[in-house]
Amino acid sequence: MTNVTLNPQQPKTAEMAQRMDEVKGRSLWADARTRFLRNKAAMVSLVVLVLVAGFAFFGHALSPWDNETIDWDVLGNVKEMGKPSLANGHFFGFDDSGRDLYNRVVQGTRISLMVGVVGALIAVFVGTTYGAVAGFIGGRVDNAMMRFVDIAMSIPYMFVLILLLVVFGRSIGMLFVGIGLTAWLDMSRIVRGQTLSIKNKEFIEAAVATGVPWFTIIRRHVVPNLLGVVVVYATLLVPQMILTESFISFLGLGVQEPLTSWGALISEGTSTMGYGTLWQLFFPLGFFVISIFAFFFIGDGLRDALDPKDR
Amino acid sequence: MFSFIIRRLAVAIPTLLVLLILSFYLMQFAPGGPFTSERPLPPQVLANIEAKYGLDQPTWKQLLSYITGIVTEFDFGPSYKYKDRTVNDIIAQGFPVTLTYGTIAFALAIIVGGALGIAAAIRQNTWLDYFAVGFTIGAQVLPNFVMAPILILIFTLWLGLLPGGGWNGGQWNHVIMPVIALSTSYMASVARLTRSSMLEVLRSNFIRTARAKGLPENVIIWRHALKPAILPVVSYLGPAFVAMVTGSFIIDSIFSTGGIGYFYVNAAFNRDYAVMMGLTFLLGSMTILFNMVVDILYAWIDPKIRL
Repeated sequence: MTNVTLNPQQPKTAEMAQRMDEVKGRSLWADARTRFLRNKAAMVSLVVLVLVAGFAFFGHALSPWDNETIDWDVLGNVKEMGKPSLANGHFFGFDDSGRDLYNRVVQGTRISLMVGVVGALIAVFVGTTYGAVAGFIGGRVDNAMMRFVDIAMSIPYMFVLILLLVVFGRSIGMLFVGIGLTAWLDMSRIVRGQTLSIKNKEFIEAAVATGVPWFTIIRRHVVPNLLGVVVVYATLLVPQMILTESFISFLGLGVQEPLTSWGALISEGTSTMGYGTLWQLFFPLGFFVISIFAFFFIGDGLRDALDPKDR
Repeated sequence: MFSFIIRRLAVAIPTLLVLLILSFYLMQFAPGGPFTSERPLPPQVLANIEAKYGLDQPTWKQLLSYITGIVTEFDFGPSYKYKDRTVNDIIAQGFPVTLTYGTIAFALAIIVGGALGIAAAIRQNTWLDYFAVGFTIGAQVLPNFVMAPILILIFTLWLGLLPGGGWNGGQWNHVIMPVIALSTSYMASVARLTRSSMLEVLRSNFIRTARAKGLPENVIIWRHALKPAILPVVSYLGPAFVAMVTGSFIIDSIFSTGGIGYFYVNAAFNRDYAVMMGLTFLLGSMTILFNMVVDILYAWIDPKIRL
């Protein structure tokens, strides 16, 4: 008897549940994705950036030359013989030491992108952890931790970075440490502010009540809710890292030969432009400008897509 | 207000000390002293030199005498590389140059950037606005080390209008390119900040009230909208000042203007620790003090901020 009345209802509830799912499908992330996909500037930038990254990873394979061999015939007469040419496979011409510029630019792009991305990742990881812990624990610990950030922020970091590079030797490793040392500070402030507003929500209270350890609460419940802000800030952090690295490398204090980066290549191009070898300036400069542009547009696009104020 | 200044100083002074001690001990870690050269000096000579510069003392004593030297006599000690010069001489030589082009660039960035931002906001969606927006987007990717070579390329190599470097006592044609190279990207930031905050202010209720009671448009803009709209620009003054100081590293090395940045970068290459430390302290303390002044200014303009 009961079976008869219940059976026709069962498929109905399942169907309803399914329909509910379909409606619910527009989660925060799906919503953000549609907004981002609709943003033309950001999409074009994404394509450009994928191309630049592809150039950095697979660019060597397209060229018959490498980034180390010095062409002794060209050396000393780069202006006449080192011009970019598709015929001999030196697509971007030669650099001032008679090396193939195309492969040098590939190498520089790889290193600049790596510094940008890895530097931003370090900053995001350290800053998020620090900020979330400070905000979540609160009280005196929060006060002490944030006072430390205040003091560290008011130290002019460019000097400290140059000091570190002078004292511990100029290397990429030191550059990472120096850039990463300061970049996380902003991140930690932003994350702390967000954590403070999240920690009074009911689901945190529920987690505390069920006896979840505090670090697990931060990892499982606080950080995932911060992700939107963190992602936006991280994308905007990457071009800043690249700019800082290029600044330092331009001065000659960053990436050292035989390695190179956009900043170092632009610096070389600048010092030789008086001799009429302008391609040495324009190729690295072009890659630099286009990529920084793309990063900024993607960052802006993500902010528009993820900003809850705009919803 | 007074207690606010005291509280800001209470943070600023320890920060300065941290900066000073940090740089001092970092220098102690550095491999190779300032007198390490290709040809090793005889031990007695080295000992004599070290005694002359006080390097044979224990570290804390060196630090103490260094700090007392700065605090009491504003004396940063001798340079380790240029035997006939002290750090004070170097500051006296390079600082006026940096200050000249830095101040002009700073003023230019704020005045032109601010004016452009306000004009763009008032005439929103006209060609002027589009120009301003295009400029702010474009200038994001034109930091000083990109602007400087492009300027030299155009105005020196192609057009031959301006000298590509040197200072020449601050003659106008030597100043013009460093100033533009230094200020462009910050001018763009100021324009963007002013535009967006001006737009926000112009849409707010009190401006609607002002319009409703029939005030002329220029009174609305200059007397009522400007002050709240300028706030983000004030908070940007601090970073802009820092940028001016660090930008001088690039300007001096590209344009050979001989400012403080030239000596800083040179000292970094030569391991001239005395010069590096002195300049770090000087420029660092200027930055910290300037940020403090900006905070006070901000609080003075915006009464909503609690002191």
